[in-house]
Amino acid sequence: MDKTYASPEEAIADIPDGATIAFGSFFTAGKPTALTRALAKKGVKNLTVVVQQVGTGNEEMLELVTNGQVKKAICNYPFPRSASKGAQHPFEQAVRSGKIQLEIYPIGTFVEKLRCAGAGIPGFYTPTGVGTVVAEGKEVKVFNGIEYLLELALPVDFAFVHAWKGDREGNLIYRFTAQNYNNAMAMAGKVTIAEVETLLEVGELDPNCIHTPGIFVKRVVEIGRPDFSSASV
Amino acid sequence: MSKMSKVVIPEMPPLEREMIALRIANMLEDGSYVNLGIGIPTLVSNWIEGRDIIIQSEIGMLKCGPLADEGEQDQDRINASCQFVHELPGTCYFNVETSFAMIRGGRMDAAVLGALQVSAKGDLAGWNNPARGLGKTGNIGGSMDLAVGAAKLIVAMEHFTPAGEPKILEVCNYPLTAKECVDVIVTNYALIEVTPKGLVLREAIPGITAEDVQKMTAAKLIVADDFHEMEL
Repeated sequence: MDKTYASPEEAIADIPDGATIAFGSFFTAGKPTALTRALAKKGVKNLTVVVQQVGTGNEEMLELVTNGQVKKAICNYPFPRSASKGAQHPFEQAVRSGKIQLEIYPIGTFVEKLRCAGAGIPGFYTPTGVGTVVAEGKEVKVFNGIEYLLELALPVDFAFVHAWKGDREGNLIYRFTAQNYNNAMAMAGKVTIAEVETLLEVGELDPNCIHTPGIFVKRVVEIGRPDFSSASV
Repeated sequence: MSKMSKVVIPEMPPLEREMIALRIANMLEDGSYVNLGIGIPTLVSNWIEGRDIIIQSEIGMLKCGPLADEGEQDQDRINASCQFVHELPGTCYFNVETSFAMIRGGRMDAAVLGALQVSAKGDLAGWNNPARGLGKTGNIGGSMDLAVGAAKLIVAMEHFTPAGEPKILEVCNYPLTAKECVDVIVTNYALIEVTPKGLVLREAIPGITAEDVQKMTAAKLIVADDFHEMEL
């Protein structure tokens, strides 16, 4: 099985307007930079993006926003931390003006919605968010005297993930804290596209150390090592 | 925003943020797993060197080390506040679903979070300051999960806002992070425990009386029998 594509542009060529796409990364770590740039170049519109945040060091996502490609965002820490930076930030401005619709979740719920989508589980109950705005409009059920919210799985049409090493069959290894959401998103994607810093032949990865098994990954593209060390805040 | 009364600010200078962090560090038990939030909570890590305490960073790292200076930074190794960190002997990395299984599954012996408001019942409001004008959206991050999942929730904060409004109230009027979750509040003037009977004032900094603390607090305080000066 060979899932490799020659370029990020070819790997994303069939993504249509209106697609729901998940993007790995926790702040700057594990960002699928090349795939996201290719998506900005392609210019598809009315996208729903599932991503931790847009406010800090996520220039690639910001490009999609300023291009007017994003209709809706699903996040857990959407905005810059500082209120003054936020007021100047194009994403926050687009949300405030209603140009972009925003849905927010606590991190644990956000990632579990993705994991469940990948695992064939339609929803789950969690105590996180009970008694807060997160609970509005959601079913509450009591187990052993404690209230829990029903949260639903979040399947996505495409998932973009960034891995340190990958092989031609889509087995992936992440580096340090660049692991973050990439595995859950790879599981949630109907079509998961992995950009890898180094592409290896089948059999060259240590089979004891695979983080995401290739069955969750449809396409692989080698991009080299991006440098975003200066993006941290 | 609702109008709030101002607190009576004593002449005695308050604790520095680092000293709030020290008081909390002294409260943490050896052999515990701890998650530290953004702000004053992060400073707690400066006081636990040599202690048998393991810091979890919710990005997916156990035994998270100290901040890394320029030249020692790796773009793939950051903490949950997007700061470069070191790894330690025994560090391990994992994905966010595993990280939040630790938090939601009750494995955090303690979490230290900042707060905008805390109520008499221990409700926490920390993720959305209405003054920012974001309505029902904002940066939740891991705060709701930590507030619900940690065995012990310690709040580290200034006792009142820069405008002199109280942050400890009978009822929070900012959007909640979680209900009835706070165990202890450590401020720049006092240490207050949340109990089923109400807020119990256990310690105040030198030169501050129980009466002074009550005048800075918009919820009724019960003065502990062993109320004493905060030791650092």
